[in-house]
Amino acid sequence: MTVSVVAPDLIASHGLTADEYDRIVAIIGREPNLVELGMFGAMWSEHCSYKSSRVHLATLPTEGPRILQGPGENAGVLDIGDGLALVFKMESHNHPSFIEPYQGAATGVGGIIRDIFTMGARPFALCDSLRFGPLTDPKNRYLFSRVVAGIAGYGNAVGVPTVGGEAYFAEPYSGNPLVNVLCVGVARKDRLFFAKAGGIDNPVIYVGARTGRDGIHGATMASGVFDEGAEARRPTVQVGDPFREKLLIEACLELMEGDDLVAVQDMGAAGLTCATAEMASRGGTGIEIDLARVPRREPGMTAYELMLSESQERMLVVAKAGSEARVRTVFEKWDLDAAVIGHVTEGGLLRVLDHGRPVAEIPADALASEAPAYHRPSSRPAEADARQRLDLDRLPLPDDYAAVLLELLRSPNLCCKEGIWERYDHMLFLGTIVGPGSDAVVLRLPGGTRAIALSIDGNSRYCTVDPYRGAMIAVAEAARNVVCGGGEPLAITNCLNFGNPERPEIMWQFVEAVTGIGEACRAFQTPVTGGNVSLYNETSGNAIFPTPMIGMVGLLDDVAYATGQWFQAEGDLVALFGDTREELGASEYLAIRFGLVQGEPPALDLTRERAVQRTCLEAIRAGIIRSAHDCSDGGLVVALAESCLGATPIGVDIQLKDTIRPDALLFGESQSRIVVSLKATDWLRLERIAAAHQVPVTRLGIVGGTRFRLHGPACGLDLPMTEVEAAWRSGLASSLGA
Amino acid sequence: MKFGIVVFPGSWSHQDFHHVIVKILKEEACYLWHKEADLHGVDCVILPGGFAHGDYLRAGAIARLSPVMRAVAAFADAGGLVLGSCNGFQILTEAGLLPGALLPNDCLHYRCRWTHLRVESRQTPFTTAMQPGQVVRMPISHGDGRYYIDQAGWKKLVEGDQIIFRYCDAKGTLAKDVNPNGSLDHIAGVCNERRNILGLMPHPERAAEPILGSEDGCLMFASLLDSFVRSPLTTCGDRA
Repeated sequence: MTVSVVAPDLIASHGLTADEYDRIVAIIGREPNLVELGMFGAMWSEHCSYKSSRVHLATLPTEGPRILQGPGENAGVLDIGDGLALVFKMESHNHPSFIEPYQGAATGVGGIIRDIFTMGARPFALCDSLRFGPLTDPKNRYLFSRVVAGIAGYGNAVGVPTVGGEAYFAEPYSGNPLVNVLCVGVARKDRLFFAKAGGIDNPVIYVGARTGRDGIHGATMASGVFDEGAEARRPTVQVGDPFREKLLIEACLELMEGDDLVAVQDMGAAGLTCATAEMASRGGTGIEIDLARVPRREPGMTAYELMLSESQERMLVVAKAGSEARVRTVFEKWDLDAAVIGHVTEGGLLRVLDHGRPVAEIPADALASEAPAYHRPSSRPAEADARQRLDLDRLPLPDDYAAVLLELLRSPNLCCKEGIWERYDHMLFLGTIVGPGSDAVVLRLPGGTRAIALSIDGNSRYCTVDPYRGAMIAVAEAARNVVCGGGEPLAITNCLNFGNPERPEIMWQFVEAVTGIGEACRAFQTPVTGGNVSLYNETSGNAIFPTPMIGMVGLLDDVAYATGQWFQAEGDLVALFGDTREELGASEYLAIRFGLVQGEPPALDLTRERAVQRTCLEAIRAGIIRSAHDCSDGGLVVALAESCLGATPIGVDIQLKDTIRPDALLFGESQSRIVVSLKATDWLRLERIAAAHQVPVTRLGIVGGTRFRLHGPACGLDLPMTEVEAAWRSGLASSLGA
Repeated sequence: MKFGIVVFPGSWSHQDFHHVIVKILKEEACYLWHKEADLHGVDCVILPGGFAHGDYLRAGAIARLSPVMRAVAAFADAGGLVLGSCNGFQILTEAGLLPGALLPNDCLHYRCRWTHLRVESRQTPFTTAMQPGQVVRMPISHGDGRYYIDQAGWKKLVEGDQIIFRYCDAKGTLAKDVNPNGSLDHIAGVCNERRNILGLMPHPERAAEPILGSEDGCLMFASLLDSFVRSPLTTCGDRA
């Protein structure tokens, strides 16, 4: 060990505090050298260590009969029967996507795909959830179109279909767009792989792309707030190569069919440092590598750079001793580099050599699991009460309900998103039974008789006003959407996107949201299998809306249960499960019509929510539901209009009897409601099922014709479907560019 | 009938073709690795969709140099049946086995959507089960699908009845707004002069089961099976 580093600014430039530095010295019993400081800086970053969030995440439910792997691995794993395992995870790539939107989004896709196939699963679908500032600003339009292009460019080429997702626009995302990507894969239950080193002297093999100088300090960058010059950090963003990733997928899966591998880990954030430290730490072993053997793109790279590079499309595997030649043969077939760079050792030391000379010696646990965990102070902000107050009497009723509906349908958050999803291959692998645009995506599983349903949800406006209830609603809505698709909700993954946790009011949002997620997940018996936390989403002191995104997966025992949100045939009955109350707080309607983000979000009764979901699922399984659509943003009338807007739009004639305030009746976002359609002859059966679950069900009207007609006690509207469709389709038209 | 599906590094529709051939048609299928110039005695070669070699340089430009393409050219030269869909079509044009070229879509971005196709000729082994003028539904999924050929080449295609599919609306009408990529003369698929090689941008394998929204792709496979049963020798390559 040579150079000693104590300069405070060097410590700070690695994102470490003076206290953290002292802790490092205490753990390793000496001062770290520069390479070691870099390794600690990356591994103890917020991004890698979850130091602000760990104590709170520990409260989430993670157990369940189907859980084969909860948080702590590359991805979560569920037992879905028939010898199959579902591997899934969601991750954010927010900071890189702001600095360089195309590559930031593209490498976000690449990273989450690697997390899935490292577990032994073939990645078979992606969903993405995007947040941007208003598209009236050219900078936001640029970020939006480049992020979409990056997801398309990578996902299409790598050959994993992007089957769904959502996009949402609001001012607080102007300086901080969010790019959250969920990937699912299927593996044989008895062929799962874990990132756990084992077997003393087993070779540690580097596979995939060569190491370059890109992405150095990516993890540290993603753990800080931005200021005006954020784009100057472009060199911290990696450049993706989807073709190389495709080769890596095929080579790894081919190798995993044999019996040569012990452990596999993706080299993502903190690159070689993270992969070696985590594999050794999980396996309770040490690892020794020599950097001289690392394949590299350019000469003259230092040990520091090699250990911290985040070059993409690289993996680290531990193979069985004697398997080296077979590993090399498979990778050569796919024209990829594979190099033995070290071996598993006894004890827990991560030892890094450079041409035989030690450059770092750190206990793997110190890097991977001994980062500090902070109970950061949290406090409810003073303005929280004011935000929750809403005096409806001061809000005038609309004169023209048809005009309001068209305005809502035209708004960026509610309009047709085909302009986004048609840029993604969403049909590859012949699994997409219910595709993008519906509440949940339904994908046929290999074997052909069963399917899974996927949904991503998170209403950030609700979370701004009440992060606890908002997060509960996110889970409830995700589960409801999965049910609308015909699936039984099984488990969630999440991305928790928040501002700077060192501010007590942001920490309060985070703690409230985690509490809400935990409570809702316990109620729905949908454990949390992992995900990620993205903090410091703020630029120049302006934080994003608190945005906990929930990715829910569900199972359909029979593909025949697959249900879309669109009305199917003339003459079908339209019915509503649940009650509509006078609730307009934090609604899309208030935001669009009055520019308000105010008032309590709609109430959520978890018992009623579960009953509504059971009712809908039972009716779907009984074969009487032709379409099912969750009532959410924009309320009942928007849900009805969306149900009309399938591949071939169809009209509807609706009669409402509730005597509440008419704008709340039409545009309020009361929870636990689902719009369904069915054959008129099935009405009595539906009533019986609903009654058994004590769920109110109301006949609303009839599907058919070419007009969208609605009559209420104090409101009404009548529009040609062509006009409804034109408004809905026009929203994004001018915003995406080529 | 035995189908050989070529796998280039970066191909991704090969598994879907395999599924349709084996699970839906109950026929035989094998994969043909691009580094081998051996077709293993197959009766029909399929070049699937994807991004062969990353489509770097230009879609299909590197793939045409793979060893397997020498075997495919010889097979086609002997009268063997070759079907290229999406990236497979791009590779066939790059390899000079089909006329024309596929340029970036006129909208300048990738498009994945259902399209209607008008069958222009049933005088190929790929379309015998279809009727001229019939409208079939198949999805597209590509960024570079704008068919282009020079005036003289286009004239030859028309005169030789080599335009096999055109993008149209549900009623079979040709119009600018239903041409998803700006293809010249709405061209979605063409065959060679000898009519044993077909290239098309749409994906017949994605339209082979009702649950996925269309079975029209099966008409293409039914045509191939029918042609093979009626004259296996000519389709096997013995005609030359």
